[in-house]
Formats: sequence, structure tokens, C-alpha cells
Amino acid sequence: MESPFRSEAAAFRFLLITIGAFALIVIMSSLSTVLGFLTFLGLSAAAVAMYLRQRGPAPDREHVASLGGPDERRILVVANETVRGEELLSTISTLALTERTQFLVVCPALNSRLKTFTSDEDPAREAAQARLDVTLARLRSVGIEAQGEVGDGDPLVAVDDAMRTFGPNEIVISTHPPGRSNWLERGIVESVRARYDVPVTHVVVDLATDDGE
Amino acid sequence: MTTHAEPMHGGHDDHHGPPTANQSSRVDPRTLGMLLFIGSEIMLFGSFFAAYFFVRVVNPGAPDHWPPEPYHFPVFVAGVNTAILVTSSFTMHWALQCIKRGERTGFLAGMVLTFLMGFAFLLTQVIEYLNVGFNTSDGAFASVFFGLTGLHGAHVFVGLSLLLMVIIRGFRGHYSPEHHHGVELPGIYWHFVDVMWIVVYATIYLL
Repeated sequence: MESPFRSEAAAFRFLLITIGAFALIVIMSSLSTVLGFLTFLGLSAAAVAMYLRQRGPAPDREHVASLGGPDERRILVVANETVRGEELLSTISTLALTERTQFLVVCPALNSRLKTFTSDEDPAREAAQARLDVTLARLRSVGIEAQGEVGDGDPLVAVDDAMRTFGPNEIVISTHPPGRSNWLERGIVESVRARYDVPVTHVVVDLATDDGE
Repeated sequence: MTTHAEPMHGGHDDHHGPPTANQSSRVDPRTLGMLLFIGSEIMLFGSFFAAYFFVRVVNPGAPDHWPPEPYHFPVFVAGVNTAILVTSSFTMHWALQCIKRGERTGFLAGMVLTFLMGFAFLLTQVIEYLNVGFNTSDGAFASVFFGLTGLHGAHVFVGLSLLLMVIIRGFRGHYSPEHHHGVELPGIYWHFVDVMWIVVYATIYLL
């Protein structure tokens, strides 16, 4: 959603639309009060629908400056429920074969929309922290030292934060399989690929299969 | 709630001072501040409009004619005033386009014209108040009329103050095609003031 007051040009455009809309309302009202009111309702509904549907201009691709040394490889791993998946652990183990590789595992504190609006995020953060602790312990048990942190409830914001504090050379995103993944439905992987100029690896973790084994 | 197995940024001892502020939002903080301010302003105007519609529509004693007899609003004068204010938005937009292209003369001329037209609007409104023929003690309709138009007039005054600052800084050589945020934000505010006037003029004077 884009605000009509995000820039001077957008505000000016909004002013022109307002002039047109209210001119129409006044004309219709001069014919009939009911017609004027219906015009107002119709235009308001159309404006809300357009506002909700419009997509803002695609942001420029960001260059990510690595915060590591010249021969250091920094990998950002983003996962939530799938953070304990075997496929993800296997991918991290393969990546860890390269020397001087640093990992940062970020678990977004996923929350319901209602709880986000009411700032009721403590349980979500605690759950994410618990998953993260288990994962870091598992990685440590196979000899991989990784940093970890609980991220913002919005995975894109969590990635954005980590890009600035960690400066990775590569990103690994773990999701549920297609059809069961909310992140895939929201196009999180594509958005991250479009937004940053670093390689993004998508790991699909099927927890149902993992638990069954 | 951060777990660190090892120092986060080892090997970066050349950095001095506090770390760069992390910014999750993609909206510029100053623009975001203006957006939030405008959001609060919309709510303020909304409360005044609620009072207006109560007096005019919901109130059991609402007058059959608006404004109630024997009063009338100076629709034509306010219409001319509206045209002046809307034109000032065009000059504001022109001024910003000029500074983006590095045309300082056009920028300064646009800003001065915008200010003058805004000032003319405010002056006309004061004259309108003096000659309108009723006062706040003449009924609820008069209260909401002066309340809404006065609230808007106060916003025009604030907008003019911002424009004056831009003009002074502009004549001192500030702003460039790369740095014109100080013009952009007052521009957003000025257009907002114009949008609100269109709504005020249409609902109070015309409908």
C-alpha cells in the first residue's frame, strides 16, 4: 500500500483527484441529494479499493556490503518452524565445509495480525527464541558455531535488519513445501531475491516427512 | 533476545562513533514523520466534520436550509479563493520540479508565488470573516462554519510559515537537485492543506 502523501508529486496528484472527485459529487448533489451521497459512497469505495490494490514502484536493488573480512564468507539463514528441519541442517553443514564461514540464524517472531496490532508479541518471541536455542545447540553439536537472533515478525523486515547488522554474502531461506508455506504464498523468497544483490538459496523443509522418519 | 556464539563484527576496529542507525522502514524517516503528522491532522479535521454533519444532518433541530435563513455564505468569493489556493499548489509543484532540474530562478519564483497566493487566500478569508454577517454567537451553524474554516486557516498559516522558511533558505543558496528534502516536505503539507480546503469548501459552501 502506498500513501498518497509519500512524496510531493504523489500529494499533488492526490489533490487533482480530490478536485475531480468533489466536483463530481457537487454536480450530482445539485441534481439530487441522494445521487450526490451515492456518488460520494461510490468514489470512496473506489478510492479505498485502488489504494489497497495498488503496488508502489519497485524499490531499487540494494547492494549489500559484506561486513566480514576479505576471505570471510557470511551466510544469513532465515527460518522459523522449519529451523529444526533436516534439509536445512544438511544445507548449513554443506556450506560450513568452506573455511572461515560465519552463520547468522534469524528466526522471525511470527505472530497473528491481531496480536501484532495489539503489541502482544512476547509469546511469539519466546517461541522463536526456544526454536532458535534448539537449532543453535544442534548446530554446535555437529561442530558449527553460529550466531542467532529473533527477528521481526515480518520476515522481510527481519531480513532487512539482518542485512544491515550482519552484511551477509549469501542468504538461505527455509520454508515449508509449496501449498503449505505462508512465506511462499507471500512471495518472500522472490522479494528477497529482487531486493538484494546477493545469492539466495531456498531450502524446502517438509516437517511431516522429517517427523515421520 | 539475541544469542551470540561469538562477537558479531570482529575485525572492524576502524569504526568510530555510534553505529549507523538501523532503519527497517523503507520510508525516509522525515517523510514518515510528515505522514504521521498528516494522519493526526486528518483525524483532527474528521472530528470537526463530525460536529458539522451532526449540526447539519443528525441534529433533530437541523435547519431546512443551509445556511439557515437569513444568513448566506459568500460562495463566489470563497470560490475565487479556492481557485487561488489550488493555483498555489501548481506553483508549489512547479517550484519543486525546478529545483530538481537545478533551475534556481524558477524554484524561487515558484516559491514566492506560492507564498503570495497562500497569503492572499488567508487575507481574503479574514476579510470574509469581517463581512460574512454573522458571528459564532448566532447559532451552531456559525460555530461549525468558523470552527472548520478557522481550523483550515490555521493550517494555511502554518503552511505559510514553512514556505517562508523555504524561501529564506532558498534565497540564501540552500537546496540543490540532490538535496531538496526541505522543499519536498512543506510541499506535501501544502498539498494536504489544499486537499482539506477542497473538502471544506465543497461540504460547507456548495453542498
